[in-house]
Amino acid sequence: MIDFLPQLALFWRPCLTGALLALLLSLLGLYLRLRREYWAALAYGQLGAAGALGALALGLPHITGGLAFSLAVAGMKHWLEKCLPAEGLFPLFFIFGWSLGLLLTANLPGVERLGAALFEGQLYFAGIEMLCGAALALALGAFFLWRTGRFLLLARLFPAHFHAQGLPAWPVRAGFDLLAAASLALAVMSLGVMGAFALVFIPPWLAFAFAPGWRAALAVAPVLALFAYALAFVLALIYDQPFGPTLALVLGALALSGAVALRFAGRAEGGE
Amino acid sequence: MKLLQAAQLIAGWRRPAHRPVSFTLGRGEILALAGPNGAGKSTLLAVLAGSGARVFSGDIFRAPNLRIGFQTQYLPPVAGVPLSGAELLALTGASPEGLPEPLAVCARRRLDKLSGGQRQYLALWAILQAPADLLLLDEPGNHLDKAGLASLPSVLRARAAQGAGIVLVSHDAELARACCDCLLSMEACND
Repeated sequence: MIDFLPQLALFWRPCLTGALLALLLSLLGLYLRLRREYWAALAYGQLGAAGALGALALGLPHITGGLAFSLAVAGMKHWLEKCLPAEGLFPLFFIFGWSLGLLLTANLPGVERLGAALFEGQLYFAGIEMLCGAALALALGAFFLWRTGRFLLLARLFPAHFHAQGLPAWPVRAGFDLLAAASLALAVMSLGVMGAFALVFIPPWLAFAFAPGWRAALAVAPVLALFAYALAFVLALIYDQPFGPTLALVLGALALSGAVALRFAGRAEGGE
Repeated sequence: MKLLQAAQLIAGWRRPAHRPVSFTLGRGEILALAGPNGAGKSTLLAVLAGSGARVFSGDIFRAPNLRIGFQTQYLPPVAGVPLSGAELLALTGASPEGLPEPLAVCARRRLDKLSGGQRQYLALWAILQAPADLLLLDEPGNHLDKAGLASLPSVLRARAAQGAGIVLVSHDAELARACCDCLLSMEACND
């Protein structure tokens, strides 16, 4: 059972890469949930995967392809919102990303391995470039959210007041969309589509349910994400399992525990 | 000092919503917009706030560097959002000083654990006490309980005394009489 300790030392780069991404995705997930855009996590993840596969087929670096494709679609979002009902946009992106990714995997030789890795999560192969990318993304993302978090909340809760105050609109529209797209495309390359989605969805969901305020939620979500991530990393190493599904399973179990706790908390509150 | 002036102004979304209106609002003054449903009161507020509605004719003058606070009839969508009352006030830069005592206590709790009336009062307070020269309030008495409604005229008066100009839409004639310096009756444009 303790054989995994030397492995842990061996896998410090992937371990740190995933931890940085877990922090970033959980923070991002809070704002996506606030905006009721958590479908974005799946959509940008699938688009990133499709872009990476397309880039590999063209002989380009897959990370660049994933980022470029995801960012390009995020850049068009504001324009597409004028033509299509907003609530259907992310599911549509998700469907396109999923079908493109699978078709590329099925028809182009040499991309199957990457395709499978993107869906399973290939964290153990994360090298120094992925670690640097994750560190940069976390630094930029945390700085962006620290500077614009108030505007994101204000634009969501008091949209008319936000516009009347003449506050800068680009950070809460294009700026946030681009950050979400880039972060998710990057995360998918190492955590896999469902692993990244689970990190965006579940810790913020629990933080929304339990935190007494926004500042507390900003602490609760990353702590839960790191806890689940660390547990999944160790379990995947011990039992030699693919990382993405293990992480999704651990987060799913955490969500179920949270739901049960919430149910009991609700009963206790109702009984008072 | 003149904050806002409208001259023969007609506003609307796709078509003109009301008959021409003219008024001037200075610091410390409160103007009430009255009229039946569909008379264009909320549309006029939206145009004054510069958020979306169109000016079909007439002119608007706004003092340079005017800071506007705008409260609509819609409650902030806080269901399920982990946000305390104090955090809501901090969002707009509103001071909690002067909040009625029961609400000051509530402000520490999550908004979705409060009653609709408490939430509305805190949301109104967040706009009312935001750093602004001009406040545009659409039915500020909606959802308030008796105590909240009773305190509203004095709260509005106090804010005006701090130098803000206030334009409010209200169906409550008593509220308008109790705190407004001027009443503007609006009529729908049926052309």
